[in-house]
Amino acid sequence: MSFTPDIRLFTCHYASQQSCTEGGSILRDLNFPDNITLTRLVCTGKLEESDLLRSFEDGADGVYVVGCPVDTCHNVRGSQRAAKRVESVRQALAELGVEKDRLRMYHVERGMHPEFIAAGEEMDALIRQLGPSPFCRKAA
Amino acid sequence: MIVAERKPLDEIVNMVQDCGKILVLACRGCVTVCSAGGEREAEILASLVRLGLQKMGKNAEVTTGSLLRQCDKEYIDSLDQYQGQYDAILSTACGVGVNFLANLRPSEAVFPALNTTFFGGSAEQGVWQEMCAGCGDCVLHLTGGLCPVARCAKNLMNGPCGGSVNGRCEINSETDCVWQMIYDRMGRLQRQQELTSSAPIRDWSTAGHGGPRKQVRPDLTV
Repeated sequence: MSFTPDIRLFTCHYASQQSCTEGGSILRDLNFPDNITLTRLVCTGKLEESDLLRSFEDGADGVYVVGCPVDTCHNVRGSQRAAKRVESVRQALAELGVEKDRLRMYHVERGMHPEFIAAGEEMDALIRQLGPSPFCRKAA
Repeated sequence: MIVAERKPLDEIVNMVQDCGKILVLACRGCVTVCSAGGEREAEILASLVRLGLQKMGKNAEVTTGSLLRQCDKEYIDSLDQYQGQYDAILSTACGVGVNFLANLRPSEAVFPALNTTFFGGSAEQGVWQEMCAGCGDCVLHLTGGLCPVARCAKNLMNGPCGGSVNGRCEINSETDCVWQMIYDRMGRLQRQQELTSSAPIRDWSTAGHGGPRKQVRPDLTV
């Protein structure tokens, strides 16, 4: 049975410039997976652990965060903070017996770069391989 | 402050797996300051509990609330605002708070979400260190303000053991030997001579070895 994963992306304004260029059409032109729902943030440092968890509660099969490179975040430490929060939730997923890789952090250069598209493609392939979220079991 | 950390999630989820309505109850006291059980952590834990139960195929209503403190009767009374919203409380307070809830709400299910670890301070952001053992017989005036009861692995009262090497503890080489610190500090304060006096054999009855402790201040009782 075919499975199209529900993937949520949280990305900072600077790392996701493709998403706002020409009304977002450039993402489609570059084959950015259309099963990825993108939420832009002023900075990934703004992201809370509860935002990531809420995505899984809402039915996401995978979640990832794209922020600035570790040492050149526009807001100095925003993407470092995001990476730590992502890692904290990854540990919690492992404690619940769920694959940590359902949640990932990517650091990409600011501006128009193919790494942004590549991260989406990689995440899509990974979640297709992992299958549907184990959190979506129907209540007994 | 009292320092604590979240229990392993499988332990928490197993505790509450048969509950239908769970109130994750934050404490805005010490555990907020040490980022273990404040409103933010309760929100995260509520999500994790919902996810853990969902994964088990169970469905529970998990909400959050908070009290200013869970270690005072008048604040526990304000739990009434959540009446009817839960059949079990998952407290993110320290062990004191959980005990208070259990004492004052004798018919309600109360579960601990945290392991209470020690009395300590924040050495730097995200790092807490034990500083006090609550032994009930403070000797800090004799040791330059540094506590050998809490900070010496062997609770020694008369200087370092033979395992202190280069100012580090033999039990954990990342831990400073507090007796080395005491010696150095007393030297800086020109009080090193005081360390030549032997401390008497210690009476540990004040440290809880005589059973649970209680303190009464007649001037404050009503």
